[in-house]
Amino acid sequence: MEETVHKSPIKIKYIWELPVRFYHWLNALSIVVLCITGYIIGDPFAIQKGTEAYMNYWFGTVRFVHFAAGYIFFFNFVFRLYWGFVGNKYSRWYNYVPLKKAQWVEIWDVIKTDILQIKCKPIHSLGHNALADITYFFTFIAFVLQSLTGFGIYAAMSNSWFPKLFSWFVPLVGGDLAARQIHHILMWFFIIFAIIHVYLVFYHDYIERRGVTSSMIGGWKFVESEEEGEC
Amino acid sequence: MNEKPKTVYDDVKSNGHSRRDFLKFCSMMAAFMGIKSSGVGQVVEALETKPRIPIIWLHGQECTGCSESFIRSSHPIVADIILDKISLDYTETLMAASGHQAEASLKQTMEKYKGEYLLIVEGATTVGDGGVYCCIGGKTFENRLKEAAEGAKAIIAWGNCASAGGVQKANPNPTGAKAVHEIISGKPIINVQGCPPIAEVMAGVVVHLLVFERIPQLDAHGRPKAFYSRRVHDTCYRRPNFDAGLFVESFDDENAKRGYCLYKLGCKGPVTYNTCGVIKWNNGVSFPIQSGHPCIGCSEANFWDNGPFYQHLSQFPGFGIETTADKIGVGLGVATGVGIAAHAVTTNIRKRKLIQKSKKDDDDDS
Repeated sequence: MEETVHKSPIKIKYIWELPVRFYHWLNALSIVVLCITGYIIGDPFAIQKGTEAYMNYWFGTVRFVHFAAGYIFFFNFVFRLYWGFVGNKYSRWYNYVPLKKAQWVEIWDVIKTDILQIKCKPIHSLGHNALADITYFFTFIAFVLQSLTGFGIYAAMSNSWFPKLFSWFVPLVGGDLAARQIHHILMWFFIIFAIIHVYLVFYHDYIERRGVTSSMIGGWKFVESEEEGEC
Repeated sequence: MNEKPKTVYDDVKSNGHSRRDFLKFCSMMAAFMGIKSSGVGQVVEALETKPRIPIIWLHGQECTGCSESFIRSSHPIVADIILDKISLDYTETLMAASGHQAEASLKQTMEKYKGEYLLIVEGATTVGDGGVYCCIGGKTFENRLKEAAEGAKAIIAWGNCASAGGVQKANPNPTGAKAVHEIISGKPIINVQGCPPIAEVMAGVVVHLLVFERIPQLDAHGRPKAFYSRRVHDTCYRRPNFDAGLFVESFDDENAKRGYCLYKLGCKGPVTYNTCGVIKWNNGVSFPIQSGHPCIGCSEANFWDNGPFYQHLSQFPGFGIETTADKIGVGLGVATGVGIAAHAVTTNIRKRKLIQKSKKDDDDDS
C-alpha cells in the first residue's frame, strides 16, 4: 500500500469510437421514446373531451411516433451488429458472447467486487467488464425479440413490405395477443435495465475515477497504469 | 343413389327457388369470397354443372353452436346448399336416420365416395383417459375422426373447438381436448375460426371448394385469407375513436353511449382476425362491438386463456388473476430502487476510506 492515488501516472485510452458513441445515444433516445409511447399505447390516458373523433388524432400520433422510433431503433441495432465485426477490440462481438473461461472468471470477480463488495481487487478490463458484456448480450437478445414481436404485430396494420418480413414470428408464439404480451413484458426489462445501467455508470465513475460517464461522450478513459490494492 | 348426380342448381330449382334467387346467391357468395365481378359467371357455371360434393359432418365435443349459426344464415340458399342440397350424407344432429341406420349411411358414404367427400368437423377431439369423454356408436371420437379423415378430399374444421380446441382445451383441459390439426396430418385442413364462425363465411368456404376444386388461400393459422386476413380492429366502425384517443372507461360511461372505442374495456379487436366488422351477424344486423361489447377474440386460438375478457393487459403468467405485467414491472422497479439505495450506502463507506487514504497521502507529501 505504498503508492498513492495521485502518484501513479494516468494514461489516456481511446475506447469508444465515434460510431459506437453515436449508436449508444441514438439507442438511448429511441428506447426512452419507445418506452414512453409504448406504455401510453398499452394504457392510454382517459381524455374525456366529449368531442367527435374527427377533431382529434393524438393517439394516432403517439402510435406513429412509436412506429417511427421502432424503425430507428431497429436499423441502429443492425448497424451496431455490423460494427461488432469491424470496430475496435472493445466493441467486437466476441466481448459479448461468453465463450472463454476467462470471461466467466471475470464475471464472478465483478460480482464479488462491485455487487457484493466483498472483494477489493480492481477489475482491469478497459472496455466493458465481463459482467457488463454478458448483460449487453442479454439486451441484444431482448432487442431481437422486441423487434420480432413489434414489427410482427405491426405487419397487420402496414402495407409496407418491411414489417411483413417479421410476420412469420407471430404464429410461432401463438398469435397477435401473445406477441403483444411478450412485447409489453419486455418493455419492463428495458426500463429496469435503464435504471440499473445509469446507476452503475455513476457508481463506477464515483468509485473508480476513470471517467466512465464522459467516456461515452468523448470516447476517452483515464487509466492508472498501476492499479492495485485500493478499495 | 344410382341416378345421375344432381348439381346444386338442379336442387335449387326443384326446391322452388327462381333462377333470379340462384343468381343473387351466386353473386353474394362471390362477393364474400372476394372474387371480382367477372368471376361471378364462374361461380354460376360451377353450381350449374358440377355435381354436389358429398359431405360428412362429424360432431365432437361441442355445443352445436356452429350448426346453429349456419342454419341462421342470411340467405335461404346458404343453409339449403349444405343442409339439403350438397348432399349432407351424415350429420348426427340434423339427419333423419339414427342408430344403426345412421352408422350404415356413414359407412356407405365413406366407401362410395372415397377420396371425394368433404369432411366437416365440428367440436374438439378428446384424447384424455382413452377418449372416453366423447363416444358415438361405441367408438371414441378420435377413432371416428381418423376413420373419416382417411378417405376425405379435404377437411373443414368448423369453429374454434375443431380449429384450436375451444373452451374444452382451456386450462386445465380435463378431457385432453385437441384440435383437428393436432390429430390429423397429411390432409388439407381449413380452419373456419370463430365461436361460432359467421354463417356466410362457412358457406363461402364450401362454395369456394365447389367452384375452384382447391382449398382457398390460408393464413399461418390455417384460416381462409378471404375472411381472416384483416383484424376486427381495422374494419371496426369505431376505429376513428381509437386513433383520436377517445376511449370508453367503463360500461356505464357516458362515452359508451357516444360510441367511443372499447379498447380500454379489453376489446381484443386489435389482435383478432375475423370479418365481423364487414359481413356482421344475423343478416348483417350487428356485431358485438356495434352492440357495445368489446370483442373477446373468439377466432383466435386459446382465446379463453388469454386473460380476462374485460381487461386489456392479460395477467402475468404464474402470478394470480389480478396481476398484470405492469404491476410486476412496477414491483420490480421499486425492488431495483431499494437495491440501488442499499448498494449506494456501502459504496459510500468504501469511498470514504479512499478519500481518507488520499488525504493521508497528501499530508505525508507536504
